[in-house]
Formats: sequence, structure tokens, C-alpha cells
Amino acid sequence: MASELIVIFVGAALINNVVLMQFLGICPLLGVSRTLSMAKGMGAAVIFVMAISSMVTWGLQHYVLEPMSIEYMQTVAFILVIATLVQFVEMVMLRYSPALYRALGVYLPLITTNCAIMGVALLNIRDNYGFIETVSHAVGSGLGFILAIILFAGIRERLERADVPAPMRGTPIALVVAALLSMAFMGFAGFGVADMFGL
Amino acid sequence: MVQAALTLMVLGLLFGLGLAYASRVLAVKQDERIEAIEERLPGANCGACGFAGCTSFSEALVEGDAQVKACTVSGSDVLASIAEILGEDIDLSGEREVAVIRCRGTEEAAKVRFRYEGIADCAAAAQVGGGHKACEYGCLGQGSCVEVCPFDAIEMGPDGVPVVDEARCTGCGNCVEACPRDIIAVLPENRQVFLLCMAELGPREARQICTNACLGCGLCARRCPQDAIVMENDLPVFDFEKCDGCGTCVEVCPADSLRRSAVWGNDDEAAG
Repeated sequence: MASELIVIFVGAALINNVVLMQFLGICPLLGVSRTLSMAKGMGAAVIFVMAISSMVTWGLQHYVLEPMSIEYMQTVAFILVIATLVQFVEMVMLRYSPALYRALGVYLPLITTNCAIMGVALLNIRDNYGFIETVSHAVGSGLGFILAIILFAGIRERLERADVPAPMRGTPIALVVAALLSMAFMGFAGFGVADMFGL
Repeated sequence: MVQAALTLMVLGLLFGLGLAYASRVLAVKQDERIEAIEERLPGANCGACGFAGCTSFSEALVEGDAQVKACTVSGSDVLASIAEILGEDIDLSGEREVAVIRCRGTEEAAKVRFRYEGIADCAAAAQVGGGHKACEYGCLGQGSCVEVCPFDAIEMGPDGVPVVDEARCTGCGNCVEACPRDIIAVLPENRQVFLLCMAELGPREARQICTNACLGCGLCARRCPQDAIVMENDLPVFDFEKCDGCGTCVEVCPADSLRRSAVWGNDDEAAG
């Protein structure tokens, strides 16, 4: 059981990295990665919402949608859950941790439209994960997102000072960097996590 | 079908009620001065004060993290009433600032390297091959400054370069940020002379790409009776402490790259 969880966790974070291998959550990757501090804020908010929304949507799927056999309403219902959760998390943070609320700022509401959150919630169901596996997968994916966005932001900060040819400045070079990062992560493909840890 | 719709409605209702309840339980007590100040602020959320909007500006004011005067949009009576709420005294003297478009690279004057047919947005245009204008300092004419102006104070002129309505401009500086080429600057309205070109180019290059470009010839610097002008990177730099607004530089400029402000006898010919 434990070994399976580690496989799911490492698989989600590295081998099937949400951003660089599954191409989910590209918008925040490009939009909120200009500075390292912004990337950290966005990453923290995403992993938080991703973990909670995965748990809630798992419950919704297995205890509401399936018993009533309306699984086809999955997408609508999940969006409802994610939007509500983001609002709720915002309120809780404002009340109990205004400092964190201010640090995350506008990135918190932006998560509502982050497709990585929705994607992970749907993958949990597609892969028939149990509750614990779902949590492991969600946290792993969240860490993968943080890893990708922080790596990307770090490179972009250095790019600001690099001598990039004029026509490639800005978005073009950012896209090239994203592609190179994604290729680097392809190196993990086919990696046997179980062998790696001797499980 | 009916069942699915009903279930979703119930779910939505539950979530909605939950949020409504949560917002009441988790409500944060706000300083009532914040609301009072916000009511007096213009509500344009232009960001000139450096905060995300009028709400966060009022919060910062109450916390003492901001200056009342940072709001360039409100008139002096509004600022005074806000200062009163905060129990502060403020000195409201100071010059009004307006946005100045420092490019005259109109469609007629400026050479174009290729035809740009992308999104009507200056930042996007600047990223396509370094911009379609031959001048890498020039206005791209896509009107991003017009878009972001919360006060409708900028209009796209008929010749492809924006024009500022100085009566409406509040000096909030949104256009300065929107311009990818740093052509727009917020400057004191009554400044003696405005330089209307940003091209750091020598005479030959400048002539080739734009007939309205500053040639960097330095005639203004040589003729200035007050020695208030020095040439840096082929552009004149003014020392407004020394300048007495005589207007010699404007008269001698062979490229008409300088303009006097209204107070200093602008005859409106060089405007735009």
C-alpha cells in the first residue's frame, strides 16, 4: 500500500508532471512566473486548493454522482466545487492569516480558472484512485506544479538580464524555455519508480 | 435529466448557503474609516497611487502606509476631506502633472519595415520582429494607452499617434505602464519645454527612418542662452532649474522635436 502511494506521488510530481508533461495549468506558468516570489505564492496557493478540491470532488463523485448515476454531470459539479472552495479558502485566510492572504493576493481567485486543479480532480476519478491515493496524487501533482513554476521563474529572472535578440525578447523566449524544460522532464518518462526505491 | 438538474441545483444551493454562512461567521471587522474614505475616492481603480485599487488604497491610508496625495486623480477638496477623516494636515500645493506622448512618428513621418496585422495591442506589436516601425524607439500606434486610460483622456490621432486631452488627464500614469516603448511620461503640466522624440539616434540614422525624429544635432544645446541643455545619447537633456523658458531651443530645432507648454507661450503649432 505504502509503496503504491510513493509510486503515485513521485509519478505525479516528476514523471507525469502536470505542467511540463500533461500541459495543464500553462496559463499561470507563463502568466505568474515573472519573479520568483510570485511563483512561490502561486505555487503555494495551487497545492493547497489542489489537495482540498481533490478530496472534496472524490467524495462528491463517489457519494453523490455515482449513487444517483449522473456521472456525466462531473465537469459542472467539479467546477462548482472548485469555485466554492476557492471562495471559502479566501475567506478563511482573510480571517485567520491576513498576511498569507495578502501574500497570495490576486493568485488565489485566479486558481478558480487553473485547469491543473480541474485536471487533477478528473484524473483521480479516471484512474479509480481510493481516497488516500487521491490525496497522494493531488499533493504530488501540486508539488510538481510548484517545481515547474519555480524552475521556470528562476530561469526567467535570469533571462531578464540575458542578451536576447530583440525579436525573441519576452514571450517567444519564454515559450522556448518552457519547451526546453518540458524536454528535460521527458527524461523521466519510463522511469521505474518502484525499482528506484527498491519497492 | 430532471434528477441531474435538481441535484446540481441542490448542490449549488448548498454551496451558496455554505458560503453565505461562512462569510457571516468569518467576517472580518473593518475600520469604518476605510469605507468612508473609499466613498470619497474616485473609484476608477486606476492604480496611480501604486495600490491595486481604491479599496486597497483606502486600507493603506488608514494603516498609515500611504500618503493622501498619492491619489493624483482626486481634486484638492476631496483630498482635504479624506485628510480630515484621517485627522491629518496636508499641504496641497504642488504642480499638476499630465501625460506627454514623446513621439511624433506618424504614419506619414515614420518608415515602416513591414505591415503589422496582429492583435491591436502595442505590447504584442512590439514582440513581432521587434516592432513594425523602422524606429525602435517609436510609437507603435496600436492604442494600448488609449485602452488603459480610465478617464478617456487619450485618443488615437488621425495620423496614428495618440493625443492627450490635458484637461481630462489626471496624471495617473496607467498609459506610461501600458506603453512598451517608454514613450509616454507623466510630467509637470507647466514644464517649460517638452522633448517629443525618444530616438537615441544620430542625424543620419534618424533622418532615414523618421522625418519627425530628433536629429541629435545639438543645435538647441549650443544656442541655449542659459546653458540649460546638454546632449546625452543624441538627445537633449534639460536642466529645468536653469531654464527660463525663453523658447530659443524650440525656435532653432530643425526637426520641430520640442514643444512649449501653454503657460510658456505654446502657439499650439508643434503640438501632437
